[in-house]
Amino acid sequence: MAVRELSYRDAIKEALFEEMRRDPNVFCIGEDIARFGGPMKVTEGLLQEFGEERVVDTPIAEAGFVGIGVGAAMTGLRPVVEVMYNDFLLLAMDQIINQAAKASYMFGGKCKMPIVVRTHAGAGRGNAAQHSQSLWMLFVHLPGVIVMAPSTPADAKGLLKSAIRADSPTLFFENKLIYGMKGPVPEGEHLVPIGKADIKRRGKDVTIVSTSRMTVFALGAAEKLAAEGIDVEIVDPRTLKPLDLDTVLESVRKTKRVVIVDEGCRTGGFTAEVAARIMDEALDYLDAPMARVATEDTPIPYCRKLELEAFPQERDIIAAVKKLA
Amino acid sequence: MSKSVNAVDGEAISDLNLTTEQLVEFYEKMYTIQRFDTETAKLYQQNLIQGAVHSYVGQEAVAVGACSALRQGDYISSTHRGHGHCLAKGLDPKRMLAEILGRRTGYCKGKGGSMHIADLDRGILGANGIVGGGIGVATGAAFTARYKKLDFVSLCFFGDGALHQGIFHECADMASLWKLPVIYLSEYNCFAEFTHSVKTFPHLNLEKRAEPYGFPGYRIDGNDVLLVYKTVKQAVDRARRGEGPALIVATCYRLEGHYIGDPLTYRTREETEEARTKEPVSAYRRRLLKNEIAGEEILWKIEAKVQKTIQEAIDFALSSPEPETDELFTDVYATPEIQTLLLKGKK
Repeated sequence: MAVRELSYRDAIKEALFEEMRRDPNVFCIGEDIARFGGPMKVTEGLLQEFGEERVVDTPIAEAGFVGIGVGAAMTGLRPVVEVMYNDFLLLAMDQIINQAAKASYMFGGKCKMPIVVRTHAGAGRGNAAQHSQSLWMLFVHLPGVIVMAPSTPADAKGLLKSAIRADSPTLFFENKLIYGMKGPVPEGEHLVPIGKADIKRRGKDVTIVSTSRMTVFALGAAEKLAAEGIDVEIVDPRTLKPLDLDTVLESVRKTKRVVIVDEGCRTGGFTAEVAARIMDEALDYLDAPMARVATEDTPIPYCRKLELEAFPQERDIIAAVKKLA
Repeated sequence: MSKSVNAVDGEAISDLNLTTEQLVEFYEKMYTIQRFDTETAKLYQQNLIQGAVHSYVGQEAVAVGACSALRQGDYISSTHRGHGHCLAKGLDPKRMLAEILGRRTGYCKGKGGSMHIADLDRGILGANGIVGGGIGVATGAAFTARYKKLDFVSLCFFGDGALHQGIFHECADMASLWKLPVIYLSEYNCFAEFTHSVKTFPHLNLEKRAEPYGFPGYRIDGNDVLLVYKTVKQAVDRARRGEGPALIVATCYRLEGHYIGDPLTYRTREETEEARTKEPVSAYRRRLLKNEIAGEEILWKIEAKVQKTIQEAIDFALSSPEPETDELFTDVYATPEIQTLLLKGKK
């Protein structure tokens, strides 16, 4: 399979094109996605190929169009719903949590729920408190959903294709700061398995478990640490739920040191969950306390100086690793 | 566009194009729902049912009139007070009662209970424990009909309480914009849980809530099964022709409490007794007799048959096993590989 350089944005777009061509039941719905091509331009061009029946612009009514997606999924379609910012998911929580996530279970296994809700998370663009959160942990907490947060163009394409084919509801978190980031992406049928972590860098001294854009920062940190003789291994779970704990544990047992990095808030965050799971399964292997690098327990501030203090930066990861190594 | 439709009187029965058999069947279904929920209440009082049971008694005409206007392939979404809707759409009382008793033979293997009975094969998108929770689902099913160019419709039952929910506004907006074949049927049963509905609305011309969305709204006597049938049929035919949604507000009276065991401190006995004089099942029975559509003998036979059916349902449910403990973990994910990962994580 040929591999080209694509941006994160174009990789997601390619997944949408391919899946819509493959299966006539796949359709996209959301605010400004058809004529405008989406605020992040991820859905640009879909309308021209697939028409307005399959690329549906909606009013600004998140609960309504997510709810319509849920009903469409129950009756045989495969909606890919775009929610413009992950902060706006909060307007559709009943639809996601009480309806989509539980239908299969409540109805005794007779209901499929093949809905994907695409959205983006992330701070760093001066969007302030209601447009910069990283809210996946609200959903990781929830039985019945799949949660993805890809950090590379290839993972974004491969995971989204897998999500669209899954019969369970998936929350697909993109990151608004890396849409333009390029990377190698296989052409055509490239599927990343759900619930499979990827080792983004091999190393022997310290394990970094990182998600979404924090993996990009971790890779940068690793290069600088290598120059100082610290050899970091980076494990990106890619799917946050279900979590590929085996790959995390294997790395931790090898390096005996771990830093967990996530853009969600620290308290009750993804770093806490991963730390708890490592403690359950591999505490005896650790030569140092686990370290967590996460967003401070504050709303994301507007002022750039404050914003950069609020969520993890490369320098924070470097400092945390050095403390352990 | 909104209108109140006058009651279908005795003479107009012939205009409905219903056979005698169908007219009598309406009674059988209404009586079945009444008996089913009356017996369910007794089982609840005997502590054989956990959680909460919301009785449909008093509202039978709405479910039967509405579901009789649907085809097998049409969808409904139901509510926490959903036994009547499910029975009217054709579910088996045995498996329904088994579900309510948390048994393996129930429609959801005992994992859903009274508030979550569903059978997608019969077009039931699920009862729903959230007030207004079925509105998105039903509108989405109507979206599927339009998307696939199929001629099924989706009928969304909800109480008057759900008219307050934002999801109704959002979905009505899009259903009208895209002319989706969905019928919003609000049962105005006089109570929003423990509060008189009249205290919750700024005005009671609720059918007018359809106007700003640009589709017709009707307010009807929900105790009149034939009027419900006629109005829903009209809305369904219109939706099937691709002309979009409708809102029907059917007025009735919740003869039981919000749930079985409700102390009912918020209403008087006199009020309930007054409402009972308009109770829809016996009213329709009298009407069948008065119009000589069925004689006492036929109705007695039906009543005996229904009582037998309900007793068999009780016996079936009580003798059914509970689910195995392993069932706790099945069906969390409909995607098999994810379900496997969940079970692995458990170990």
